Amino acid sequence: MTTLTQTSSRPWYEPLTSPVVLTIMAIIYGVLVTLSLFVVPRTDPLFNLVSMVTFSAFVITPVIFLSLPIKALYRGILIGIALLVIMPIIGIYFPEYLEVVIQICIFASLALGLNMVVGYAGLLNLGYAAFFAVGAYLWGMLTSTANTVFRQNGLILTSNEIIPVMILGAGVAGLAAIVLGVPVLRLRGDYLAIVTLGFGEIIRVVARSLDRPVNWTNGALGLNNIAPVPSQWLTPTAANTIAFLDVNVRSLRVDRVDVVSNNLMVYLMSIALLMLFVYISRTLEDSMIGRAWTAIREDEIAAEAMGVPLLGMKLRAFALGAAFGGAVGVLFSGKQSFIDPNSFLLLASISILAMVILGGMGGVKGVVVGAVIVKLLELHILTNIGLQINQMRNTGTEVLGFNMANLSAELEPTRFKPLIFGLILVLMMIFRPEGLLPAQRRRMEIQESREPNAAAT
Amino acid sequence: MNAPGVITEPQPVKISALMQFRQSWFYRFILFPLGQILLFILGATVVLTIAVYLIAYILPPPNSRVFVPDAIGRQLASWIINGVSIGFLYAMIALGYTMVYGVLKFINFAHAEIFMVGGIVGYEVTMRLNEAGILADMNPALMVTFMVLTAMLISGTLAVIVERVAYRPLRRAPRLVPLITAIGLSFILQDVVRATMQITRAQFDLVYPTKNIAVYTTPIRFTIGENPVSVRPTFVLIIIAAIIMLVALNYFVNGTKWGRAIRAVSQDQTMSGLLGVNVNQLIALTFFIGGALGGAAGALFGLNTGSVNAYMGVTPGLKAFIAAVLGGIGNLTGALLGGLTIGLIESYLNGFLFFYDSIGLGFRWTDVFVFLVLILMLLFRPSGILGEKVDEKV
Repeated sequence: MTTLTQTSSRPWYEPLTSPVVLTIMAIIYGVLVTLSLFVVPRTDPLFNLVSMVTFSAFVITPVIFLSLPIKALYRGILIGIALLVIMPIIGIYFPEYLEVVIQICIFASLALGLNMVVGYAGLLNLGYAAFFAVGAYLWGMLTSTANTVFRQNGLILTSNEIIPVMILGAGVAGLAAIVLGVPVLRLRGDYLAIVTLGFGEIIRVVARSLDRPVNWTNGALGLNNIAPVPSQWLTPTAANTIAFLDVNVRSLRVDRVDVVSNNLMVYLMSIALLMLFVYISRTLEDSMIGRAWTAIREDEIAAEAMGVPLLGMKLRAFALGAAFGGAVGVLFSGKQSFIDPNSFLLLASISILAMVILGGMGGVKGVVVGAVIVKLLELHILTNIGLQINQMRNTGTEVLGFNMANLSAELEPTRFKPLIFGLILVLMMIFRPEGLLPAQRRRMEIQESREPNAAAT
Repeated sequence: MNAPGVITEPQPVKISALMQFRQSWFYRFILFPLGQILLFILGATVVLTIAVYLIAYILPPPNSRVFVPDAIGRQLASWIINGVSIGFLYAMIALGYTMVYGVLKFINFAHAEIFMVGGIVGYEVTMRLNEAGILADMNPALMVTFMVLTAMLISGTLAVIVERVAYRPLRRAPRLVPLITAIGLSFILQDVVRATMQITRAQFDLVYPTKNIAVYTTPIRFTIGENPVSVRPTFVLIIIAAIIMLVALNYFVNGTKWGRAIRAVSQDQTMSGLLGVNVNQLIALTFFIGGALGGAAGALFGLNTGSVNAYMGVTPGLKAFIAAVLGGIGNLTGALLGGLTIGLIESYLNGFLFFYDSIGLGFRWTDVFVFLVLILMLLFRPSGILGEKVDEKV
């Protein structure tokens, strides 16, 4: 009886779920949020608050396109338009938005690398930023104008060699992981967690101390004037686009065409890297290695009994994850143009871990979405709330009868990043350990372990 | 052989005077732990001293103006005292790691933050006493006792809360889950403490008011042979306080019903639960004791360095973990041995690497070498000096 009524009565929204309607709705959404960015001018007192909402809605557009139930080709075209046409144009108007998107791409790539270790193989790496630092320092040492041993011997590269150095960076970081992994990966996972945590701290001590007797890293002063990504070839295109859009460049925050083209080039490279990593992750997931990782993650002893070489497979995951980090590090230092030991704090490792956990360990899409959410929260939402509060404090606006001028400066939201990352980790682990968009297999695993009779292990 | 059904009186076992003495309360709970501590200090000191002399003779620093072995001889006494006092602090933190590992088999990353809270509580206590105007005239022993006890109480309670809120719901979860929770908690605690202290005290680095009081800062000077030695009074306080607490812990774990229950739970949780031990209560108790020891170490650490902040827990926490692994994680005696060894290694390195500053090996490399100790230990003897290899149960 009940089944009959259920099948016969269709929900009122059923016609809306057809692929065509959904696609049209998604496109309309994309156009609307893009236009909404321009509604409130930068000079408006509430610009920060409005931008917090509009830009967040804008950034998730590719994710919405990704979830459409249409052919992969069409999805690809839609996402391609959003990422390669719309975003660069928005980036010319709003350099600060482009910066956030670049950071999202860079950290999503890092999160994919960490996902390989934590999500696929189930090994906790708490010092992931250390491998990132290895790549960043490699490019920094090879190109900085600081008086390092490379400069003294004329071993300085230019922007054009960044791609080979990225590969080299991946190799060096992977090698570091192997050296660290061989003694530790034979043991229980807890040891890896704390050894990587220690490595993350130690790498900063090393970076700070390797300036005597031979100056490798320029110590605590850091490396400045690191070569940017090669963007000269993009400059004419950027200039043409700016002329075509008829933007008054002087009115923008960044008023130099070469800076704009450099930002765009960093953006393109980070997108390319992210796509590459997504492809590698997807491929590995379904390969023999990926299945071996899953087996290790689910039950180490059973995997070993079935002939999976434990140490070799764990080392592969650990080194590959580190190699991702190393490659991204090269791009990162090219983008920053200045790095010092304090650019790679434990907090960075934890924020990457929070992305993986929030999105869902072991799935590519979940991890990318996690990176979008965490970075958006960290760089855009918190910053804008802070800016808005500051503005209210300066003007002495009253909110609900409370004069904002009396608010303590210590309550600046951006200062509470560690608290927010910590809360993400703890709350997700207690209430939804499989993440927001869990990979199917991972969800089954975690639900299984939650059943009371599975407590034997 | 007796005939079946015939019960004979058990013969009284003859106990020699020595064995009788070894079973006495005084030996088991006073003499034995003190002897153990002394033996560990002596052993580690002898090994390290031989090592530095050997290195100094074999690989003297190039174009050095001093003859290194002579210089070592002059400084050795202060290295040892320094190392022992830092070593006791590491041992106290390491005991927290090792006790929790013993009962729950996982590393409590948030323990470093429990230590940090101890340091902050110590600061608050001394500041309050100072503001009340009684700190300067107070008997140092009384002051330190009061400060340490307060820190122990608050840190211990915090550790119990942490266990109740974050670890107990996850006891059956996959192994990765409590580890991630622990690291997340550690960040939450750091940031909450940082924000609280910045709002209430309006500063990041919190300076103990004892820094302005002569009793706590005037070095005690004496001479050994011809070499003048100066010892910070806080080192003496740390050593005395640590010895009292370690002896008390030894009594608690090996001499009381509660201690026996803790040992039982760490051997087999299910079985001890069936035999009437309240496992949850015991785990909470373990967290309390570990947290209290960590808190005491934090307050003493703060008193010694004179300034604390919300991030002070990370490095000592890491070193204490290395100490726990060095001694054999899960093994209480091992934590003591490991802590003292790491403290002495650190102190020796700090002094010894100074001679090699000309080739770029200053004491800033100490932490790197201590970390290398961990890697080498895991490579060659992952079960630690006193640990036994335990195979994982299927």
